[in-house]
Amino acid sequence: MTDREAGPAGLHLALEADGDGAHPAAWRHSGRPPGAVLTPGAVRDVVLAAEDAGFALVTFADSPLPPGAGPGAAGRLEAGTRASYAAPLTERTGLAPTLHLTTTEPFHLATQLASLDHASHGRAGWVVGAAADEAALAGVGRTALSAAELVRETADVIDTARALWDSWEDDAVIKDVATGRFLDARRVHHIDFEGESFTVKGPLITPRPPQGQIVVLAPDTLDADARADVVLVARPDPASVAARAATAREAGAPLVFAEVEVLLDAAVPAADRLAELNGAAEWPGSGRLRHVGSPDSLLDLLRELAESVDGVRLHPAVLAVDLPVLAERVLPKQAGARRRAPRAGSTLREVLGLPRPVSRFAAPAATSA
Amino acid sequence: MTEQNPRPQLHLGVFFTGVGPQLIWADPQAPSHTAFETFVEIAQVLERGLFDAFFLGEGLRVRENRGKVFDLDVAGRPDAITQLAALAAVTERIGLVATQNTTYNYPADLARRLASLDLLSDGRAGWNIVTTDNAWTGANFRHGGWLEHERRYERAGQFVEAAKELWASWEPDGVAPDSRAASWARPGSISPVERDSDLVRLRATATVPGSRQGRPVLFQAGDSDGGRELAARHADVVFSANTEYGKAVAYAADLRDRLSRHGRTPDSLRILPGASVVLGDTAAEAEEKARWVRGEQVNGVRAIAFLEQYWGADLSAYDPDGPLPDIEPSEQELDPSRGTISIELRSGKQTVIRKWRDLAAERSLSIRQLVLEVAPGHPSFVGTPSAVADEWTRYVTTRAVDGFNLLPHLLPASVTDIVDKLVPELQERGVYRTEYRGTTLREHLDLPPLG
Repeated sequence: MTDREAGPAGLHLALEADGDGAHPAAWRHSGRPPGAVLTPGAVRDVVLAAEDAGFALVTFADSPLPPGAGPGAAGRLEAGTRASYAAPLTERTGLAPTLHLTTTEPFHLATQLASLDHASHGRAGWVVGAAADEAALAGVGRTALSAAELVRETADVIDTARALWDSWEDDAVIKDVATGRFLDARRVHHIDFEGESFTVKGPLITPRPPQGQIVVLAPDTLDADARADVVLVARPDPASVAARAATAREAGAPLVFAEVEVLLDAAVPAADRLAELNGAAEWPGSGRLRHVGSPDSLLDLLRELAESVDGVRLHPAVLAVDLPVLAERVLPKQAGARRRAPRAGSTLREVLGLPRPVSRFAAPAATSA
Repeated sequence: MTEQNPRPQLHLGVFFTGVGPQLIWADPQAPSHTAFETFVEIAQVLERGLFDAFFLGEGLRVRENRGKVFDLDVAGRPDAITQLAALAAVTERIGLVATQNTTYNYPADLARRLASLDLLSDGRAGWNIVTTDNAWTGANFRHGGWLEHERRYERAGQFVEAAKELWASWEPDGVAPDSRAASWARPGSISPVERDSDLVRLRATATVPGSRQGRPVLFQAGDSDGGRELAARHADVVFSANTEYGKAVAYAADLRDRLSRHGRTPDSLRILPGASVVLGDTAAEAEEKARWVRGEQVNGVRAIAFLEQYWGADLSAYDPDGPLPDIEPSEQELDPSRGTISIELRSGKQTVIRKWRDLAAERSLSIRQLVLEVAPGHPSFVGTPSAVADEWTRYVTTRAVDGFNLLPHLLPASVTDIVDKLVPELQERGVYRTEYRGTTLREHLDLPPLG
């Protein structure tokens, strides 16, 4: 059901746009005062640059905890609000905040994402976050979860959100003046979700989102392949990416993206840039592929990855430096780049070649209509 | 600012409830009540009218009537903070106020989202603090129905205190001025916040500093004793239901009294009652329009549904233009499933129904005529722009109110009428700004800077 005809080089490209970049010393190279990352202008600049470059999707990493440790950045705006702020400023690129299912109410999480989808006219995604360490959970007065509890809760919250997004059928608002009915009450449903540790009655307070279902991107560590639209695979080399991608597909994931950190040749060669950055703060390993080198060798890596995945999420070491290089020297040279760049008015599902699901509550007659 | 404005100034907001019987949807003029563009249009009209604030309501469960989704009113609304963050990108000055519940939120999570909205809007965010103990709403949440009624304001107070502490936990100028600094934030300049009571438990470190206005402006709407106490302790603005002049005066006096008991000055709180306005070119035209509005709000099916809530029975067989139902109401008290039922109505419904029957018999009222009489939602101000402006001038110059939070009935006409016809009259009388002089919501409201 996915659009694979584009051939091996037709990768979907996503950009992780959090903060000043993936490297812990990125803030020293942002070209602006350190606190500026917390301004609306910072959000505006990065999403407009990403949209101009032709990225299918921008993601906004987040955590309930400060983003850095020690001398690193201590500030970060909540990701859902950043994505929403970006919605009316953009018209093509998808917007996917990381929302943590362990530190909020599942009902609020589903409402926030549905609202983002309405405000962006169908460009919302959700990078599933499941912060489970003691410090993160202490913020909401919870204690640490075991691995098994976390897998269970992740599954339950994704299932709840998906049921809530279906709880209003597409045509529930009827505005029937003759009978005085604004809604067709038969098309707005309780979901009666019963999970391991919580229940949710429903329906959502928000009408069905334009995409029907928000695009769910799940990191491969969460054991949620079967529930995701996109599994994000973080592995240190192409062979292990391919192996994990195969597992995800077997589990039923429609799309698989590889996670790739990039630090590219710019005015200064990549190796020198890395040495300077690491002099300020060591870049810890994240388990993801990491490319430090030329734009051309990144294109080679992308071609290799295209054999096994549908897309790549790029994590630039320093957004202010690496994003312009990506825009000028990588994205335009990708095979099928022109065709792959999203067009105004497309939903994220359309851009990714994912179908728009019919509500699970829709009567069979409506599905064949 | 008082030097430039010898007269007290009115502050105006619009309460965009997004749901409920006061919104007329059947008129051909009515836009989609759920489309993002409608929110943008209204917010931009209000900004043209130099309004202080645009408010979004909150209701965490779709309303029901006897176990079934209630289908007669506008329903379906966005998450308030998400929607306001998007509106922040397409507005420049107007305050953006989110109604958010202290029962079904986590303090650190909500404080962080509000602070983020405050930074993204460059100091224009507000939080309308509401509480509930309604287990019916709680069925959508992990901790449904956990809070006893008596303790909801206790939880709210502790919640707000924790939020305020988080918002003040970054020292000013703690962030490095340039990239050569030893660290991004000065070590020790950000303090973790810890609470450990049976109502609020958290240990968190804020990830954002204060905004240009310091922190989100706090609004509070409770009219009960607990609500008024919460307002007197914490609120910057109260949003009461006391629109009628005498009640407004009494309410203002009571609140100012409470303020002084909490060691706060009278100018540290703005009082903005909720109000609806119907304007006409003549008094008669305004009255006629008000009748039409009320007639649309209480049409036949809605009148029946209103009584069904009280009778606890299917009354669809009754004619709204005929006499009151002859069957006896159920024994059960009102259930809170309309989502907005006030505490006074949780018991004693039989007495209410008896009064209605007497009233209907005495004046030979039909079902619909009775409901028109007794259902809430009568427009608070009806008249020509000049007459309403005179009235509001009296309210504000006698300090009965500091302004109004307006509830529109028809979009966009309710708000364009006020912006285009009433605002110029208020400006002529010297009780309303002719331009925004500050950029933050706190400045719009003429609130003293935070200590």
